[in-house]
Amino acid sequence: MIQDHLFFAGINILLAWSVYIILLSGSLSFANGAFMAMGAYAAGVLTVKFGLPLIPALALAAIGTGLAGAVLAAPALRTRGVYLIMVTTGITFCVQVLLENLDYVGGVGGLGGMSGATLWHVYGLVALVGAGLWFLSRSHLQRMLDAIREDEQVAAALGINALYLKILCFGAGAALAALAGGLFAHYMAFIRPEHFGVLVSVYVVLYAVFGGVNNLWGPMLGAVALTLLPELIRGLASWRPLVFGTVIVIMLLVRPDGLLPWRSLTLRGRQR
Amino acid sequence: MPEPILEIDALEVSYGPIRALRGCSLAVAAGETVVVVGANGAGKTTLLRAISNVLPHAAGEVRFAGQPTRGQRADQLARAGLLQVPEGRGIIARLSVAENLQLAWAMRPGNSTFAQACLPVFERFPRLQERLNQRAGSMSGGEQQMLALARAIICPPRVLLVDEPSLGLSPVMVSEVFSVLRAFRAAGVTILLVEQNVRQALGIADRAYVLRQGSIVAEGSGSSMLADPAMLRYYLGST
Repeated sequence: MIQDHLFFAGINILLAWSVYIILLSGSLSFANGAFMAMGAYAAGVLTVKFGLPLIPALALAAIGTGLAGAVLAAPALRTRGVYLIMVTTGITFCVQVLLENLDYVGGVGGLGGMSGATLWHVYGLVALVGAGLWFLSRSHLQRMLDAIREDEQVAAALGINALYLKILCFGAGAALAALAGGLFAHYMAFIRPEHFGVLVSVYVVLYAVFGGVNNLWGPMLGAVALTLLPELIRGLASWRPLVFGTVIVIMLLVRPDGLLPWRSLTLRGRQR
Repeated sequence: MPEPILEIDALEVSYGPIRALRGCSLAVAAGETVVVVGANGAGKTTLLRAISNVLPHAAGEVRFAGQPTRGQRADQLARAGLLQVPEGRGIIARLSVAENLQLAWAMRPGNSTFAQACLPVFERFPRLQERLNQRAGSMSGGEQQMLALARAIICPPRVLLVDEPSLGLSPVMVSEVFSVLRAFRAAGVTILLVEQNVRQALGIADRAYVLRQGSIVAEGSGSSMLADPAMLRYYLGST
């Protein structure tokens, strides 16, 4: 039971970071539930139908989903703001319906037989991605992304190819969501398209925004808090979703920049 | 006039059904300071955005160093030396002053270290050195404009496009900005400046154009235009 909570908290940290990575370049993606589904199904098919070991299957699923994410991003990123949210939400709907109608992966019945994902896999990946994001936050690349996020015209005047970096972030975020999905599939043993509905995409954005999107710790904290909160108020039975929703609304009214609003640890350190 | 480094030929730009530029033509020679003056909404910012390919042109051609710029991205043009300081400061407010300078330093052609590249900047703008680790957006408007112009020192452009640098600044800061532009001009930087502050802008111009409702309606040397207030009043409303 405890292990389940820890596992899902870890998966949700990875998913929140997958939203955070895309948000670094200024795009808000509601397609990460779809990328999670693509990773889950791709990795599941590779281990169950092709007999691949877990890690290579995860890697292939992440690469494939990352490329698919980049290909989808190229036209999707021509839109911005609310329109990008609509386009990415549309991607989530499409992928879910596509999976429901693909008999090869079990259709609405789902895909089973996966196994082997442990807490070690999840938290090893959390440590790896966290370290990567920490190095990124100190790098020149993050400064270029900050420039894009604030003003693309100024970024272009600084010789920064905004579209390329936005597509790169979208692909990287999709790949990370796919890794989380692959691990999820191999922990649950059985997955169905309805596991990856549009609500999942909304939730993972919520984790990131709840925790704060100005540094890498915010999404992490948000994911853990929002994964464990429903369990803490389990006694409220059917009132739980109401309390959960109310907490989010109050929180975003009181701290609109999330739980951890500061921009980044690195700049704070240097600002003295 | 020597071979122009920047030529704009019958440039047209539309925002949907609205034609913001209607066949604009002008040229800038190497080493020259050219000013485009015009009232609010005449198309000055549109002109600079179209030159740097931030906006697509509907018709006409822009040639930079003899090559048509069509099909090149704004960031490619910037790295080729067509440096734009956009309207409204043109800095990244959430980054520190040092990080803003680093972004400019990263696209310079040479291989000087960051500290070396910053020396002439600090000589010119000691305030920026004092505020190196401060958030750029927390500085005054004038200081932010200095930071934007400092890019041209770190990464010397072949043509510097400056959009309304005096916008929203106090009179003291406006003079400061123009003294910087005058220093750039003296150092041989090629400048294309669009401004509403006609008197100051014409004061540093080798040549000037008047833009009105998307078309160039007058052209002359800066001093001859300054000497003809009646003409300016006619085209610009008041000076």
